[in-house]
Amino acid sequence: MDLDVEKLNDHMLDILKEIGNIGAGNAATALASMIDTKVDMEVPNVMVLEFDDVSTILGGEENLVVGIYFELSGDITGNMMFALDLDSSKNLSDILYTRERLEKELDEMDMSVLSEIGNILASSYANSLAQLTGLDIFISIPSIAIDMSAAILSVPAIQFGLIADHALMIETVFKEGKDRVSGNFFLLPELESFKKILISLGVV
Amino acid sequence: MDGKVIKVGMSDLNVAKTPDTLTTLGLGSCVGIALYDSRRKIAGLAHAMLPSSEEIENNKNKAKFVDTSIDELIIEMKKIGASNIGITAKLAGGSQMFKFNSNSDVLRIGERNVIAAKEKLKKLNIRVIAEDTGGNFGRTIIFDPKDGSLHIRTIGHGEKTV
Repeated sequence: MDLDVEKLNDHMLDILKEIGNIGAGNAATALASMIDTKVDMEVPNVMVLEFDDVSTILGGEENLVVGIYFELSGDITGNMMFALDLDSSKNLSDILYTRERLEKELDEMDMSVLSEIGNILASSYANSLAQLTGLDIFISIPSIAIDMSAAILSVPAIQFGLIADHALMIETVFKEGKDRVSGNFFLLPELESFKKILISLGVV
Repeated sequence: MDGKVIKVGMSDLNVAKTPDTLTTLGLGSCVGIALYDSRRKIAGLAHAMLPSSEEIENNKNKAKFVDTSIDELIIEMKKIGASNIGITAKLAGGSQMFKFNSNSDVLRIGERNVIAAKEKLKKLNIRVIAEDTGGNFGRTIIFDPKDGSLHIRTIGHGEKTV
């Protein structure tokens, strides 16, 4: 089967968007029950990006961002990554620690709470993908990094590079009160696994 | 007179003569390959994502792979007057941004990119005279055809010129 991200038709993109939607919905519910407050979310936006544009999505190549990365195992192999800009990271940490605006730099405690939230978000996405496809999907513990946006985003870009000339990203926005958290989510199945997902969903 | 700063994006390459300079912002696991013809003061910079075009079916994009990007870069340098003889190389990037216990090929891609670049350059008899590779952090690099210097900037891991 010849498969490339840019050849995905609208139907396939809709399905990926739906996975993003259900995943984000589950994540918002999990987040809301953790902090015992209502969390709103916007309809996720699925984007097909040129490699060169990938590094500009989070406010420019040298902008400091947080990346949370997971390995996928089970019926499919690959990775998953969340990228959050610094504002969103601070907002998320503020929400979790139920405190006012954080003015200092992110510290160990913040990184730890962000890893944990990344874990919840990734599990929510993996679960919705598993439910929709009927495949067993497990995620590893998170690995977190904070660095230049282009450097963090080179990781998903390279993985898409193995199977395509474009990258596929799902942007999700959560809102709690005034705090707004925008997360960029990359699902990075290996080529064979990507085919498996699409076959399980009955789209190819 | 101030020259242009030519930006080389992901899976991209370009060449320059003084007073222009070449730059890549936020190099992560990709490798930056900086070639220099010191006699003619011609510089070339490639930003490759993957080690080998031979491992991938869809390999039309030459700048995406270390091996083909180096070939292509030399062709472009020759077009503006560079000669094969006396070209030297400097390498940067190839870091591992995320750490896991299992060291899958995908995670080691940075290291593999650097190895692939050295192998390809060796085949072409191009000497690697400096490198700043590996680690777990991003790098912004600026390559100046005036003297072939490669300036490297990081967040929290210092700044240097090689």
